[in-house]
Amino acid sequence: MELNSLTIKQANQGLKKGEFSSQELVKSCFKAIEDKDSKINAFITVLERQSIEQAKEVDAKKSFKKNILAGIPIAIKDNILVKNTLCTAGSKILEKYQATYDATVIKKLKQVGAILIGKTNMDEFAMGSSSETSYFGPVKNPHNLDYVPGGSSGGSAAAVAAQMCLGSLGSDTGGSVRQPASFCGVVGFKPTYGLVSRYGLIATASSFDQIGPLARTVEGAKIILDTIKGYDSLDSTSIKKASSSHQLNIKNLKGVKIGVPKEYFQKGLNPKIKSIIKRKIDEMAKQGAIIEGVSLPHTEYALAVYYIIMPAEISTNLARYDGIKYGLSNFKKSKYLLDVYLSSRSQGLGEEVKRRIMLGAYSLSEGHKEDYYLRAQKVRHLIKQDFTKVFESGLDCLITPTTPTPAFLLGDKIDNPLAMYLSDIGTASVNLAGLPAISLPVGRVQDLPVGLQIIGDYLQDDKILQIAEMI
Amino acid sequence: MIDKEQIQHIAGLAKIKLTASDIKKYQKQLGKILDYVSNLQKVKVQGIEPYQDLIGPKNVFREDNALIPDTEVSSRLLEEAPEKHGRFIKTKNPLQ
Repeated sequence: MELNSLTIKQANQGLKKGEFSSQELVKSCFKAIEDKDSKINAFITVLERQSIEQAKEVDAKKSFKKNILAGIPIAIKDNILVKNTLCTAGSKILEKYQATYDATVIKKLKQVGAILIGKTNMDEFAMGSSSETSYFGPVKNPHNLDYVPGGSSGGSAAAVAAQMCLGSLGSDTGGSVRQPASFCGVVGFKPTYGLVSRYGLIATASSFDQIGPLARTVEGAKIILDTIKGYDSLDSTSIKKASSSHQLNIKNLKGVKIGVPKEYFQKGLNPKIKSIIKRKIDEMAKQGAIIEGVSLPHTEYALAVYYIIMPAEISTNLARYDGIKYGLSNFKKSKYLLDVYLSSRSQGLGEEVKRRIMLGAYSLSEGHKEDYYLRAQKVRHLIKQDFTKVFESGLDCLITPTTPTPAFLLGDKIDNPLAMYLSDIGTASVNLAGLPAISLPVGRVQDLPVGLQIIGDYLQDDKILQIAEMI
Repeated sequence: MIDKEQIQHIAGLAKIKLTASDIKKYQKQLGKILDYVSNLQKVKVQGIEPYQDLIGPKNVFREDNALIPDTEVSSRLLEEAPEKHGRFIKTKNPLQ
């Protein structure tokens, strides 16, 4: 077995037993990157030399005896700051931007000796569902290079699937960890909003963004999550109380109450995906889980709400790219201040980013704010109430398909923004309500993976991880 | 749904310069998206408060202590600025 195909747990055991060194493990990942990444394009920056130095240090200190992530190669989405390393967010405007400090999650990974092997490709500023909007070229799906890996964390998902790392970090605004995890056949976890610090994450839409782990197993995702989560005074939306009190502490699915929301199984769902998910639900019932049909009646409005509020937040967050403080600038070529703004932004930002900034500017503008932004925030409240009601009825989790279709062909939706937006249909509601959810691979349609999504109540991250481990 | 003047107006608000063909393209695309999101007009929202996350609308303050500035970070941040004057970031005259 190749070292780069191990799970995080297996790799830690091998390191502890002295079967191989962290240097060998890291080198096996760089070998995979060298062999495959010219085709897949999962990485924007590869940190080979410093990774091998760090691995040497871990081998000398044997820190893997204390920390399960010590010496483990992890890839980082390129919108998370790693000090003195390029951080592009997939955008031309940040092509040469060097991070000046470590994000909180990076500090935590470094503290336990994880090896940060590189920065992964992504949709520009995490805006997209196919990783095709990146300034650095599209990412390809490792299962079939004609297909997209999903997005926006397509590089992080593809890197895990193609065994170029053992785990990775992505960020999830409307499904950007779970949807690519589903398309690439890996596990992807979106934590409760506020569980993981956003300090040092380049903002997309701040009331939705959460950093989440991707790995080959649920256990791997949990190991990374346990390392990166926790209160951070540098993130004003960080939650103080921990989630461990919600663990089920059970060994099997007997008596676990699972809700199946009917709105996720309606027209538009690929029939093969439907039957794979139904079969999984039947298996869980056989193991003693109690399955209940439920309804989340405002689901049909979720995407419309998401595609109003998210661009509104984007239009304010991305005002910072002005050609004055950092990033691509046409300062020298411009006569007036307004020219610096207009020409730097027009040249540095991609088409999808401009589209969303304008959409946000529209829905926040005088005369439209009431009908769009405020109305959407009210419907968002109704969507949250739908979830609250079903969880108050005593459910432990909800199960849905992560996406209604498997991965689509490269180029299929890139010229049709609305069709691209609709690929978030299974995932965006969860971000609207701030809930935790996980996608895990449960089958295939031809050669393309299918993901099952488990949604938990607020702060019940550990509970859904436990349930996921039993599927 | 959305006319060319409106596209030009919001591009101005967004500080984005558009070519004539951009305007045409965005008019069509944004029109379609706005058409799709208009299904929210069907939802009864009377008496419903806008969403707030579970932490609620509160300010988060730190202790009122003077922090010792990290000069390494501030120097590195300054290095990223395209135009500088000593330890200041240069801008154009905003009144012109």
